[in-house]
Amino acid sequence: MMIAIMRRAIAVTINGKRHSNEVEPRLLLIHYLRDVLGLTGPHIGCETSICGACTVLVNGKAIKSCTMFAVQANGADVLTIEGLASDGNLHPIQNAFWEEHGAQCGYCTPGMIMASKQLLDRNASPTEEEIRHGLEGNLCRCTGYQHIVNAVKSAAAKMGA
Amino acid sequence: MIAHPFDYLTPKSLPEALLLLADPDAKALAGGMSLIPMMKLRLAAPAKLVDLRGVPGLTSISEESGRLKIGALATHFDIESSRLVRAKCPLLAMAAAHIGDVQVRNMGTIGGSIAHADPAADYPAALQALEATISIAGVGGTRAVSAAEFFVDTFTTAVGPGELVVEVSVPVEAAGTGTSYQKCLQPASGFAIVGVAARLQAVSGNISMARIGVTGLSGCSFRANGVEALLESGSDPQAAAAAIANGIDANSDIHASAEYRLHLARVYAAKAIRAALAAAR
Ligand SMILES: Cc1cc2nc3c(=O)[nH]c(=O)nc-3n(C[C@H](O)[C@H](O)[C@H](O)COP(=O)(O)OP(=O)(O)OC[C@H]3O[C@@H](n4cnc5c(N)ncnc54)[C@H](O)[C@@H]3O)c2cc1C
Ligand code: FES
Ligand code: FES
Repeated sequence: MMIAIMRRAIAVTINGKRHSNEVEPRLLLIHYLRDVLGLTGPHIGCETSICGACTVLVNGKAIKSCTMFAVQANGADVLTIEGLASDGNLHPIQNAFWEEHGAQCGYCTPGMIMASKQLLDRNASPTEEEIRHGLEGNLCRCTGYQHIVNAVKSAAAKMGA
Repeated sequence: MIAHPFDYLTPKSLPEALLLLADPDAKALAGGMSLIPMMKLRLAAPAKLVDLRGVPGLTSISEESGRLKIGALATHFDIESSRLVRAKCPLLAMAAAHIGDVQVRNMGTIGGSIAHADPAADYPAALQALEATISIAGVGGTRAVSAAEFFVDTFTTAVGPGELVVEVSVPVEAAGTGTSYQKCLQPASGFAIVGVAARLQAVSGNISMARIGVTGLSGCSFRANGVEALLESGSDPQAAAAAIANGIDANSDIHASAEYRLHLARVYAAKAIRAALAAAR
């Protein structure tokens, strides 16, 4: 069956910059970010809503961008890993992942850091259990998670200071 | 994993949404946490997607004459973090907090979850125990059905073609009521192998009212009336919980055989009953 589907005009603010594009409604947000805009920070790990490597913030909320259509983000404010550093300085969470060895191969890291940002936005001084609960939607096949938990703890301490 | 092409429609009111959904080729989109994975796998291929998130008035959570009214578009996160729900209907907040992960709870909605009616979903156990009422709107008006009538079978509910869940109404818990939701989860998917919601009213340990909702055990959530009757006639939690498996045709899959599921149901029912009793004090 051939259906002629109209492209949709969308305007999305990404990392503070407004982007206007015409997209097919079925285009996933992750593909919009990576293939249309060239923002390859958010990764595709599983493409089945499980691993969290594609996590970005939409209007301040962590979502899996492989499980959202770009048209659903029309008018929204999106923050990707590329938008975290400012004036060449890493965000405290990025710094903490660096210092605490929260990344090995780095594949999960952009999603981990965005989920960590969501966690610390909602709870500035989480317990170890709360950190593990808050990162349940993000899989890491390298670190065994302990260094990631340490990184989030360290970031929380620095950001609170 | 690219979905079949579709047209994307964004109604700005409930009547407009219902009008668009009168088209049999159209499907409602709420949080997309069940529908989008199915579309990517091409298990679902609607020609038109009607995004409900632009319809105003469907996300509110409010208290009205002894009940909490929860809009269909309230997300799992809205519900788990709502002060009103946590204080007045903690069982619902507890069930919401058990769903998937943060990212899923940020997007997924209560209306979408119950309309989808996955046999292992968390809300249905709680809504059965809460004797919730669900409002369903169609072009002809709105009707209210009980949770027991709402959940019909696996992926099958009382929602008819073109209709929408608009609200879920749950009781404000009276003093002396204790509740708990206990879930044995399948670690890879996060879904329940078995989940049991217990809601008890007790005075110095004597149970005067028991409501037990069960998910994951069979094709559809249900109320364990046998367990409730035993608890209300003074059986101890362990003995009453054992009755949960009576006459149930249990699911069997790669995660748990029917026999093991029935065993888990007894164990998790006892856990939920004990925790609810402790909370009733
Ligand atoms: C990784 C992952 C883990 C998960 N883990 C769990 C879990 O542990 N427990 C659990 O319970 N669930 C789990 N889920 C499912 C999740 O709870 C979904 O949010 C929910 O099942 C669907 O809600 P939605 O708002 O996303 O609906 P959608 O996916 O948008 O829609 C689902 C279906 O309902 C219909 N629909 C949507 N809204 C309405 C409405 N108001 N009226 C009528 N029909 C409507 C749609 O047409 C569609 O058929 C998980 C999902 C994912 C991706
Ligand atoms: S790529 Fe989105 S969850 Fe894995
Ligand atoms: S660092 Fe390799 S997957 Fe997490």
